[in-house]
Amino acid sequence: MKIAYYPGCTLKTRAKNLEDAALAALRVLGIAAVELPRWNCCGAVYSLTDDDLIHQVAPVRDLIRVKEQGAETVMTLCSMCYNTLARANRLMREDEEKRHTLNTFMDEEPDYHGEVEVHHLLTLLRDRIGWKTLAAKVRRPLTGLKVAPYYGCTLVRPRPVSIDPRPDQPTILDDFLRALGAEPVDYPARIECCGAYNILSEPDAAHRASANVLASAERHGAELVITSCPLCEYNLGTCQNQVLPHGEGLRPLPTLYFSQLLALALGVGNEELGLELSPASSLKLVAERISPIHQA
Amino acid sequence: MNESTLKTPMIKMIPIFIMGQKYEVPAELTIMKAMEYAGYKFIRGCGCRGGICGACSTVYRKPGDYKIHTGLACQTVIEPEMYLTQLPFYPALKATYDVSTMQGIATEIFEAYPELFRCVACNACTKVCPMDVKVMDYIAYLKRGDIEAAARASFDCIQCGLCASRCMGELPQYHIAQMARRLWGAKLTPRAQHLAEMVLKIEQGLFGELIAKLETTDTAELKKLYNAREMEPAMSRNEWKPSKDNVGLR
Ligand code: FES
Repeated sequence: MKIAYYPGCTLKTRAKNLEDAALAALRVLGIAAVELPRWNCCGAVYSLTDDDLIHQVAPVRDLIRVKEQGAETVMTLCSMCYNTLARANRLMREDEEKRHTLNTFMDEEPDYHGEVEVHHLLTLLRDRIGWKTLAAKVRRPLTGLKVAPYYGCTLVRPRPVSIDPRPDQPTILDDFLRALGAEPVDYPARIECCGAYNILSEPDAAHRASANVLASAERHGAELVITSCPLCEYNLGTCQNQVLPHGEGLRPLPTLYFSQLLALALGVGNEELGLELSPASSLKLVAERISPIHQA
Repeated sequence: MNESTLKTPMIKMIPIFIMGQKYEVPAELTIMKAMEYAGYKFIRGCGCRGGICGACSTVYRKPGDYKIHTGLACQTVIEPEMYLTQLPFYPALKATYDVSTMQGIATEIFEAYPELFRCVACNACTKVCPMDVKVMDYIAYLKRGDIEAAARASFDCIQCGLCASRCMGELPQYHIAQMARRLWGAKLTPRAQHLAEMVLKIEQGLFGELIAKLETTDTAELKKLYNAREMEPAMSRNEWKPSKDNVGLR
């Protein structure tokens, strides 16, 4: 299977491990992710101002690039890119007047009407591969590993672009974890915000929000938190040392991208997972808790 | 009088507007020559006259066309009723940095030019570039940290600054691209081993004797030697090799 792939800027720099691990896993699954030959930053945050159409230009241009490739579907790995592209796509499908304005403004591009389907790797695994098929390809079952699926905001909100039919009680990451043989942890903060961009202007507020997520996961027995967003991973993982003092008795909790866990379970070598970009505690967890590859 | 008896051929004159003032100038001139014909004398806004220095960027419109057009005055042929102005310089902030102390990583560019992230992908820069550089694309490459791709994509830039004049994010694109090319050239491309070897040979006196001899040679003889020098032909591919007795091969 071949699929057009939109990486997003952060996956080429700070979140290279999100991308590297996903591409390695996709190779095992026999999916060729073809990076768009031309793409630009999607803007990372969907603009909510109703008449601020200039910030829709970047994501719509990316969707046009997908259409130019003759592809019907584009895959993303980053929650924020997913959210921005999916919402811009809806705008182009549903709002005739804004669609006209945007198409007229981009008069050097072919017109776009929302023809492309935006997928996150998780929905692709669910809808095109299936959890059963995925489970059959696991070579390092994560049996007994208690993992907290962290959805955060942008995978499930707003409802029309949610990757799960029940944005308030999503199960897609839980199902994903079960397919890999791990034990998903049910904890209340799974769809709460990590603090997001507050990390820049109000770092304390962001740390408090992150502490809430980590404490909730830990109280319910998680050994590991998985994320699909570079900003969530930054707040919960990279900044964890600053976060810990904000939660009573909070201990270090390893974090990994969902793609790293996927690649691990599929038997991809540790050296392809970009673990050096993950928190030290995550490296330790991989070494101690994840069994070596099963020989077929 | 019969037209055929005229000594000079009839030159077709066409109207153009330079900064709002109408002039009748001979058709088929470049914008630069047309302006000189109209009486302008360039002390700025003109350099190479060969389309490479970027000093002569010109903005113009055509009747009944809402589009902004641009071109290099020394290269662009005039059109009837076009109205134009030159934009020989466009102010844009230029960061100060010392390449020799840098590593050639994207964060160095982000720190020098944080406004990079104000790009909204409107593409006005690419549309206006007289060298057909894909300006928006090289900015996109830099946002994702790909210095090499940006350096290659901006290679044809002649620093005219028209991109900066149209940018709604107020980026100085051409300065940012220049920094990318500098970092790429100085820090990211492999060093040429044969160059270092040759420099060493020269320092050890490879050409010493020859240069001493040239210093006492008279001008006429020098000219002769110069014209007879061995040189790689302009259009040669890889097939050209210097002759065996070329001193550089010693
Ligand atoms: S004068 Fe140099 S580019 Fe026109």
